[in-house]
Amino acid sequence: MEVATSTPTDQTNVWGGGMRPLNASYGKLMMWFFIVSDALTFSGFLVSYGFSRYKNIDSWPIADEVFTHFPFLHGVDAPMYYVALMTFILIFSSVTMVLAVDAGHHMQKGKVTLYMFLTIIGGAIFVGSQAWEWKNFIKGEYGALETKGGQILQFLDQNTGKRIALGEFAQPIAGERTTHAGSNGVWYVTESELPSVSVAEVKAGFESNENLVIRIQKLDENGHKTVLSRAESLEKINAATTVVEGANLIHNEYGNRLFADFFFFITGFHGFHVFSGVIINLIIFFNVIVGTYEKRGHYEMVEKVGLYWHFVDLVWVFVFTFFYLV
Amino acid sequence: MAADQHNLAIFRGLLKFKSNQQKIWGVLIFLSIVTIIEVFLGIVKPQFLMVPFLRMKLLNWIFIILTLVKAYYIAWDFMHIRDETSGLKGSIVLPLLILIPYLVFIILLEGDYIFDVMRDGFVSWNF
Repeated sequence: MEVATSTPTDQTNVWGGGMRPLNASYGKLMMWFFIVSDALTFSGFLVSYGFSRYKNIDSWPIADEVFTHFPFLHGVDAPMYYVALMTFILIFSSVTMVLAVDAGHHMQKGKVTLYMFLTIIGGAIFVGSQAWEWKNFIKGEYGALETKGGQILQFLDQNTGKRIALGEFAQPIAGERTTHAGSNGVWYVTESELPSVSVAEVKAGFESNENLVIRIQKLDENGHKTVLSRAESLEKINAATTVVEGANLIHNEYGNRLFADFFFFITGFHGFHVFSGVIINLIIFFNVIVGTYEKRGHYEMVEKVGLYWHFVDLVWVFVFTFFYLV
Repeated sequence: MAADQHNLAIFRGLLKFKSNQQKIWGVLIFLSIVTIIEVFLGIVKPQFLMVPFLRMKLLNWIFIILTLVKAYYIAWDFMHIRDETSGLKGSIVLPLLILIPYLVFIILLEGDYIFDVMRDGFVSWNF
């Protein structure tokens, strides 16, 4: 492939090859094909998230209450700041990518190397941040009870209105069973780790502490979660069957299970795109260093991976809006 | 595409940059400002924007519009759609512009319908 400058086309030679339809090279067009189809894939995912949300519009978890962590600030309620930071990191790595493409047009190998390097660093920080976000989400914060119908019951102090973690009020009951390990009893039989407290322990602690009330998933007309009175709470807790700590694909202490499923699936799929983007950028980065494109006479490969990288940024803009803002 | 072929004006020619690098930094500043506004609104949640408008809170409409603005500048300036031929522009943007709103419309309408059925139906979903 030669340089992507517009060459005057000889009309007699239209069918003889060498013509560029739409004034773009083959590789770039194929990258655009991929991006358009991937954009439709992502919109399918985000729209199905919207479907589930509209279906459960009166009980969907409130993102501000779910993502409240910031590195090194323990116990500080910092909604959104961390994702905002992640967004800036990704936009910034997009900028260094355009600068690399621009330097490539001017055949400045040193600058392309530097900007590609910065882009890779930005992408790596972003993937790391996403892993940290996942870790917090999976670990959970307060814990909750789940009823037979799959509804989540969370606990509040009715004087302060603050959430209370299960471990803070549950009363230890002697003789409650522990996690069955493979080294005990029947050979090779194990089970997944039991929650740190049992339903009976939570119930005993709840009944003895007069200040505690239950908050259910349902949203009131102001968009806040409904808080039950003490009497209603005492009745409601009898419906609880399971202790839920953190979130996975089956249980979710923050509320609706589908929220966790979509969170894992969509941010996971996006994170996978970022990860593969970092790998592809690394390959191109080493090609730049060994001078492959200098010899080829143009840096169009940098432009093509750049398109992919910006697309990943573009998708994040939408994921950010629909998971964290709206 | 050669460097001198870049279209260096944004905001419909309101803002013209001298070089492509300057335009990139300019777009970064613009995207950052939009993101800061979004985060600010998301944290403060001003009461006058919490009113329902076309079946959604007004604030959510603002978020979606700001997101589309950001998407436009990422695609147009970072992905250089601004510098492509109109044929390529159209073949990238039109399929997305036609298919995605259609999908959003039918699927969200269906979700809303199922919400109504689950609320007003005879089956208890909360036992």
